Amino acid sequence: MKILVAVKRVLDYNVKARVKSDQSGVDLSNVKMSMNPFCEIAVEEAVRMKEKGLAEEIITVSIGPSQAQETLRTSLAMGADRSILIEIDENVEPLAVAKLLKGVVEKESPNLVIMGKQSIDGDNNQTGQMLAALLGWGQGTFASKVEKDGDQLKVTREVDGGLETVGLKLPAVVTTDLRLNEPRYASLPNIMKAKKKPLDTMAPSDFGVDVSPRVVTLKVTEPPKREAGIKVESVEQLVDKLQNEAKVI
Amino acid sequence: MPQYKAPIENINFILNDVFNVEDVAKLEGYEEATPDMVEAIIGEGARICEDVLFPLNQSGDQEGCTWDDGVVTTPKGFKEAYDTYIQNGWTSMVAHPEYGGQGLPQIVQVVMEEMICSANMSFGMYPGLSKGAYDAIYMHGSEQLKETYLPKLAEGTWSGTMCLTEPHCGTDLGQIKTKAVPKDDGSYEITGTKIFISAGEHDLTENILHLVLAKLPGAPDTTRGISLFLVPKFNVKSDGTIGDRNGIKCGSIEHKMGIHANATCVMNLDDAKGFLVGKPNEGMKAMFTMMNMARLAVGMQGLGLAEIAYQNALVYAKDRLQGRGLDGTKAPDKPADPIIVHPGVRLELLRMKSVIEAGRALTYYTGIREDIAHKHPDADVRQEAADWVALMTPVIKAHLTDMGYDIATRAMEVYGGHGFIQEWGMEQYVRDVEITKIYEGTNGIQALDLVGRKMGQNTGRLLRSFFHPVLEFIDAHKDHAEIGQYMEAFGKSVSKLQNATITLATKGLKNPLEAGAGAKDYLKMFGVISLGYMQLLMAKAAHEKIEAGAGDPKFYDAKLKCCRYYIERVLPEHYSAYHALLTGADNLMALSEDQF
Ligand SMILES: Cc1cc2nc3c(=O)[nH]c(=O)nc-3n(C[C@H](O)[C@H](O)[C@H](O)COP(=O)(O)OP(=O)(O)OC[C@H]3O[C@@H](n4cnc5c(N)ncnc54)[C@H](O)[C@@H]3O)c2cc1C
Repeated sequence: MKILVAVKRVLDYNVKARVKSDQSGVDLSNVKMSMNPFCEIAVEEAVRMKEKGLAEEIITVSIGPSQAQETLRTSLAMGADRSILIEIDENVEPLAVAKLLKGVVEKESPNLVIMGKQSIDGDNNQTGQMLAALLGWGQGTFASKVEKDGDQLKVTREVDGGLETVGLKLPAVVTTDLRLNEPRYASLPNIMKAKKKPLDTMAPSDFGVDVSPRVVTLKVTEPPKREAGIKVESVEQLVDKLQNEAKVI
Repeated sequence: MPQYKAPIENINFILNDVFNVEDVAKLEGYEEATPDMVEAIIGEGARICEDVLFPLNQSGDQEGCTWDDGVVTTPKGFKEAYDTYIQNGWTSMVAHPEYGGQGLPQIVQVVMEEMICSANMSFGMYPGLSKGAYDAIYMHGSEQLKETYLPKLAEGTWSGTMCLTEPHCGTDLGQIKTKAVPKDDGSYEITGTKIFISAGEHDLTENILHLVLAKLPGAPDTTRGISLFLVPKFNVKSDGTIGDRNGIKCGSIEHKMGIHANATCVMNLDDAKGFLVGKPNEGMKAMFTMMNMARLAVGMQGLGLAEIAYQNALVYAKDRLQGRGLDGTKAPDKPADPIIVHPGVRLELLRMKSVIEAGRALTYYTGIREDIAHKHPDADVRQEAADWVALMTPVIKAHLTDMGYDIATRAMEVYGGHGFIQEWGMEQYVRDVEITKIYEGTNGIQALDLVGRKMGQNTGRLLRSFFHPVLEFIDAHKDHAEIGQYMEAFGKSVSKLQNATITLATKGLKNPLEAGAGAKDYLKMFGVISLGYMQLLMAKAAHEKIEAGAGDPKFYDAKLKCCRYYIERVLPEHYSAYHALLTGADNLMALSEDQF
């Protein structure tokens, strides 16, 4: 089996996002960027499948600026075999990402695509679903467990009501949830090996995909500051406040 | 609860903007250590330090190591963290490729050590001592010892120790009593008692390799009569697997001020089987090659602890609301202003920040020089780099650990009374950093090393590796747009240091007491002034970046302001040391013992 994993370079989850002064977006200059945590889980899952002998090759792909090479190197250090960067400086919307990934799938013919359920910057939670639809493949989203079952893939999904297990015919698309696994630390020898693994750079035009945005962002603002809480003196006061100030009871 | 974030931006500033870590990758054998590779390694190392080691620092301190009938157990979580650490290959980083290593340059190790010491110094000492043992065996051991033991140390499944100290001697090792008796099979039977042995016994590794100083029969009663032996906890069979227990046992562990999670052991040797490392009676020489590296590593401990203490003092200073700004209210929506508005608090924070950043520059630069000293094709360049490292070793060890203690204390005091309370975690840094001033040769002994050994070596050749570039630097930057303004003050401090050198050398030759009396002041001057040099180099680099419009202007601007603070408020501290030094030995020796 050949696995394609999509990874995105995003604002590091530890960094507090700052809005640009012109409110056009989040300020990404001189801040720490790293691999989207859901994508890390996707890479980890693919590497575990390879370690179990279920997969022969793992290809990681990222769509983004040239610095996304670092993110791809991280995936190679975790155990992917080779990488493709589709280089573009502008922000790419989920549909265009899905179309580009479809292009990569047609070129590489993987049996499985694993990706994060969402990236922590856009929080769109769309790309995996769109890709599956464009390819006409089955999808197992929000996976918390993935098992090979004969020629099927059994995917346990975290849904609102609890857990749902679906059987997917391959090829298929799986998107990862947080509890699927705990990504490893890259080992020192693997960080050094990663540098020698192949990393190809391509352009959106190589796939004939129009990446121009279809959504216009009007304004980005910081969430309103949380008001400091107060300590109520008594139960009566609490009930009073709930009734008359919060008007919830 | 304290927090730790590896100072990656500052690390990269030193490696790439101030110095050229790229030069290291040009050395034969270090081709792989390109700046992007170094950055990737440090980035992953930082994750291990932040996520795996740091969370065990406070709990490790509170739980400590326990001893039960010779068996030592490290605090909860240490074994798992150690396994992760070795499985990810960190113990093999700078080990040699022919004996199980990755062969990376020293500079990467130096950066990693800073982060480990910030995150969890007690933990860091276990692999740190193994590295010391690796170096000693690599440099002085026979081929057979190397093949048997080095790959295991690199892998981290076996660990190492240094067994020098005995109950009656720590500094003056010529007095040691541990005896080694040669056996027919070429090995030795070693008997004696060693105390204060860090990592002497623990549950992290399958085997522990002790490097023991002992005396052969008939050896002179001085340091020239000491030999070095490798004594494994478990004897190793000819196929390399672990055999029966050797006669070296842990009699007890110490209850101590700090580094509770690192076992400090009494080691009893009773006809333990050992192997000679290096030549008979040349043990001190062998130990010294290893000790010099260990001394730089201890300087790094001082710096690492200073960094974590500072990080948390800074968080608190921005958070704690107390009083109002002297020039008016700064946070009208809050009951009081954060204490960082007060000049007195800023003085503390800036002192920490400027000393730490300069200390980082000094240690990283010295790490790069070490790599050059090992691998540069030109013998003169190698020599000059080696001279710098040798000269700076006592300065880094003593000054950065003195500063480490100074900073940890100041950081704790930023917390007011809360700093004194255990759960805030700040008092642990003060307790942990104290030992760095003591072991690997007390700071007093470092000062004697600087004055007695390093100063006169090869008629002052070592000193030239510092003074020549510094004097050239002063000359070349008198009119510099940014740092030119500081050159007069800095130049004066350097000429005082030259003066102090001449004074100590001439007076010390006639009367050694004079050298001993001025040694601590001299080292203090050297430390304060070399950190000043580093501040100026950083400001110069930051200024270039600002001029070029590169990177984050705020970050670079902070470097300029930090340099100014150091030159105006810290550099002058060399005056008092200078004037004390000039008074000579008489005021110390005039009092008779019974007058004390
Ligand atoms: C927690 C801990 C861990 C340690 N780990 C190790 C280890 O792993 N291996 C090991 O072998 N040892 C270890 N040590 C021992 C340590 O290196 C010694 O304690 C240290 O070298 C000082 O020796 P001492 O304690 O015998 O003091 P002394 O040598 O008795 O010195 C007492 C004081 O006199 C001063 N002094 C001594 N001689 C002179 C002189 N000639 N001129 C001027 N001043 C002098 C010293 O600076 C010191 O202030 C450890 C100690 C501790 C506490």
